[in-house]
Amino acid sequence: MSETTETKEVLLSPIFDNNPVILQILGICSALAVTSNLKTTLTMCIALTLVTGLSSFFISTIRNQIPSSIRIIVQMTIIASLVIVVDQVLKAYAYSISKDLSVFVGLIITNCIVMGRAEAYAMKNPPINSFFDGIGNGLGYSAILLGLGVLRELFGSGKLMGFEILPLVNDGGWYVPNGLMLLPPSAFFLIGLFIWGLRAWKKDQVEEADFKIVHNAELSADDAH
Amino acid sequence: MSNDSTSKTLTVAFLLCLVCSVVVATSAVVLRPAQLENKAADMKKNILAAANIWDEKKSIDEQFSNIEARLVNVAAARYATDAELSENNINDIARYDQRKAAKDTAQNVVLSKADDIASIRRRAKFSKIYVVRSSGGELDKIILPVSGYGLWSTLYGFIALEADLNTVIGLGFYEHGETPGLGGEVDNPNWKSIWPGKKVYDSSGLVALGLVKGSVDRSGPNAVHEVDGLSGASITSRGVTNLVKFWLGGDGYGPFLKNLQQEGV
Repeated sequence: MSETTETKEVLLSPIFDNNPVILQILGICSALAVTSNLKTTLTMCIALTLVTGLSSFFISTIRNQIPSSIRIIVQMTIIASLVIVVDQVLKAYAYSISKDLSVFVGLIITNCIVMGRAEAYAMKNPPINSFFDGIGNGLGYSAILLGLGVLRELFGSGKLMGFEILPLVNDGGWYVPNGLMLLPPSAFFLIGLFIWGLRAWKKDQVEEADFKIVHNAELSADDAH
Repeated sequence: MSNDSTSKTLTVAFLLCLVCSVVVATSAVVLRPAQLENKAADMKKNILAAANIWDEKKSIDEQFSNIEARLVNVAAARYATDAELSENNINDIARYDQRKAAKDTAQNVVLSKADDIASIRRRAKFSKIYVVRSSGGELDKIILPVSGYGLWSTLYGFIALEADLNTVIGLGFYEHGETPGLGGEVDNPNWKSIWPGKKVYDSSGLVALGLVKGSVDRSGPNAVHEVDGLSGASITSRGVTNLVKFWLGGDGYGPFLKNLQQEGV
């Protein structure tokens, strides 16, 4: 595989073919927590994509020097430092958004996607490709979160990015907002629907069943022997 | 030297920590002024919002220029005198931090268990209040800092009163750690919109303002003193009631407000 196709592959495959959220089921916690409106979702997506890309880049740069016994803590240190920097920048230049995101920016440190890419890809591949792999996975995460953010804000509060789309009954319009959409469980249902949709489209993502359900009649027939 | 030798492990760990700490420290130091500015602006915005004079289109500093910050000697029920201020090394009222003062043994008062209904344990000797004057120079609005314990956290906010020092203009919290969606609904604009117009004191001069369980019976005799409780958050609701009762009562601003009313300052 040539250099450019490899780069394209690592950048684009996490969006549909190997999505970190709906195929690998990682990063669910923040997907529930920050998606009740699109503005915080967008900020979170940008923050996570940058952190994943840069941490993969730095980890990959020093991958040949990292002693295997402390590799996880080395990765954590790099990720944590980047997250703190991102948090500080948000506090300085986007104060109201950083207040809305509260602890969730800090919790990027524990987001499995960042650690997962560092351990699975950046430790074995050169820096540039690792950077794009991190960005790609960040984009895969972003695609799902933005979908959630759009649906939840639109149907939960009739707005997008704070602008009114569906006029609410309370303000003299016709739309009765769905309060469940603003609560975290709605994100579970929506992610479930996304997974269903994607696996119906891309059949190869359907997992093999862990066990087979045996018909009741067959069981009792076996017992009789 | 192999990557897994002890010396290599220590070297890598040491260098990594050094580089990362420099990066983190630099970002914290470089961005600190901008962060402090944001925090101060946010506080001013909350003060303006509590008094219902916040206008999104105008700059915060421009709006805040009409507001005068004053320190109140809470126990003596009057404004702090210049002698008291210099005694406590307070040179600049704008920079006085009441929350810091509440933790400083030289500048705070420890509350007895019986008095401490808002569960704050100690309060600053001097409270920083904000006064809005009409164009004629008379008192128009007064904004008082309040705090009290809810379910998980201390709620910090402001309550604004009309010139009669009895009618509420608004109440808002700028910091709390209550459960989002339950106690966190103290930030809900719909709930906050119940507060304006409520009266703090009953005919005997006691604090009657507080939250009730469920919705207020609008035709009841006390409806003017009652605010709907937050559903699913009875402890936060009780905390809000307690902090109102404490801060506007006899151990809080109550005597000061009475003096202010008599003197007409």
